[in-house]
Amino acid sequence: MKKILITSIISLMLATNVSADTDGENSLSKKNSGQVKDCFENINRATFKFNQVLDGVIFEPVAKAYRVLPSPVRVGTGNALDNLSTLVTIPNNILQGDFKKAGINTGRFIVNTTVGVVGIFDVAEKIGFPEYEKEDYGQTLGVMGVGEGCYLVLPVLGPSTVRDTVGSFANIMGGDAWYNVTVANDTQHFSDFDYYASRVGSGIDFRAKNLDAFENLEKNSMDFYASVRSLYLQDREQKIANSNAITETQNDSDWEEIETQ
Amino acid sequence: MRLKKFLIFTFITINLIGINYSYSIEPDVFVQSTVNRASEALNNKYSKEEKIEKLKQIASETVDINGIGFYTLGAYRKNISENEISQYEKLFEQYFLKSFSSRLAEYSNPEIQVISKEKLNENYTMVSSILVGTEQRPVVKIDWRIYTKNPENPLIRDLIIEGLSLARTQKEEFSSIIQSNDGDIKALFSTLKEFIK
Repeated sequence: MKKILITSIISLMLATNVSADTDGENSLSKKNSGQVKDCFENINRATFKFNQVLDGVIFEPVAKAYRVLPSPVRVGTGNALDNLSTLVTIPNNILQGDFKKAGINTGRFIVNTTVGVVGIFDVAEKIGFPEYEKEDYGQTLGVMGVGEGCYLVLPVLGPSTVRDTVGSFANIMGGDAWYNVTVANDTQHFSDFDYYASRVGSGIDFRAKNLDAFENLEKNSMDFYASVRSLYLQDREQKIANSNAITETQNDSDWEEIETQ
Repeated sequence: MRLKKFLIFTFITINLIGINYSYSIEPDVFVQSTVNRASEALNNKYSKEEKIEKLKQIASETVDINGIGFYTLGAYRKNISENEISQYEKLFEQYFLKSFSSRLAEYSNPEIQVISKEKLNENYTMVSSILVGTEQRPVVKIDWRIYTKNPENPLIRDLIIEGLSLARTQKEEFSSIIQSNDGDIKALFSTLKEFIK
């Protein structure tokens, strides 16, 4: 039971960690620039405060210590964790009907795992593979037209939505090959620890990369909770749109009404 | 006589076109020039206070603070009195300049390179740029929404960092403050006053 519980939490972390990149979708999409659906705002705000305390005590200090490590060590760690994430990205490429990207990412995984020494070196990028874009099951549900539902703040794991949280369960139901060979099956090559360590490592790596940005945002926000929610949901929206074109994700109608010249 | 009239007309027309052309500023050139000014202001030879003052000056000249203020109010801007609008404009300007300058003052010698531009319509052009990466941070993509209704005086209306709009984030933050106070716009004014202190 304990194992299932831990597994559930860590797997949720996987999805929200992808979301921790400030992935996000909301009713702010181009088609709908209405209000954020924050159905559980009071609970979310309380959880957000709890997470902030936890971050101050554990994650921020660890991330600061991690950032002191030499750059090649941090880059190598980030690369290896990204390489593991392709095991979730590839099935999602397929589910989204993007077979070309699935093929490219499979090639990337093979090259980086072998020539790149378990993903420490991003050899694929050096030999001309296109820029890597993570995908997860929450994004796939979004691409399939499932609405994001209410915004959620999960204890420890941070921002999410009902859709993304549901999507993350696919990871522990066979949707993540890394989980399958570490936790779900006893392969004798890997242990549960390997999986949990990689998930925690991803969280620390992400936090370290965004230390200054978070600090700056917190210092200059009048409602930090609302700022984080907005950034998370905007990012999710952009990732689901799978578009780098700003004009496809920005709502121009409100701007058009404003005349100052 | 007709030739003389024609020559005068041609001369005036050419001059008018010439004047118009010479004062029109391309949005990408405007962004690069603004960025260069900001980079100079962030040079370590200045104290933090000096940097903030210089940044405030640059923002006053290059950002459409009033426009962003109205956008940020969202639907609430349609339901408030003239008096409240005037009060809001003053508060927002002070809030914006403080927030903007203190956000940027943390950086030292940021290198931003303008990459391309895309004209959305007569009023807007998006300028794409990158913040060059360092040991501590990766390359960051920054897009600038430039208000070009008056081509002689382009103004920045939004910064979109890695796809995340600062104006939209601020709009939602303001909306959240108003909503948490039963739709009372005065609660936003109080929060702004508190921040400006």
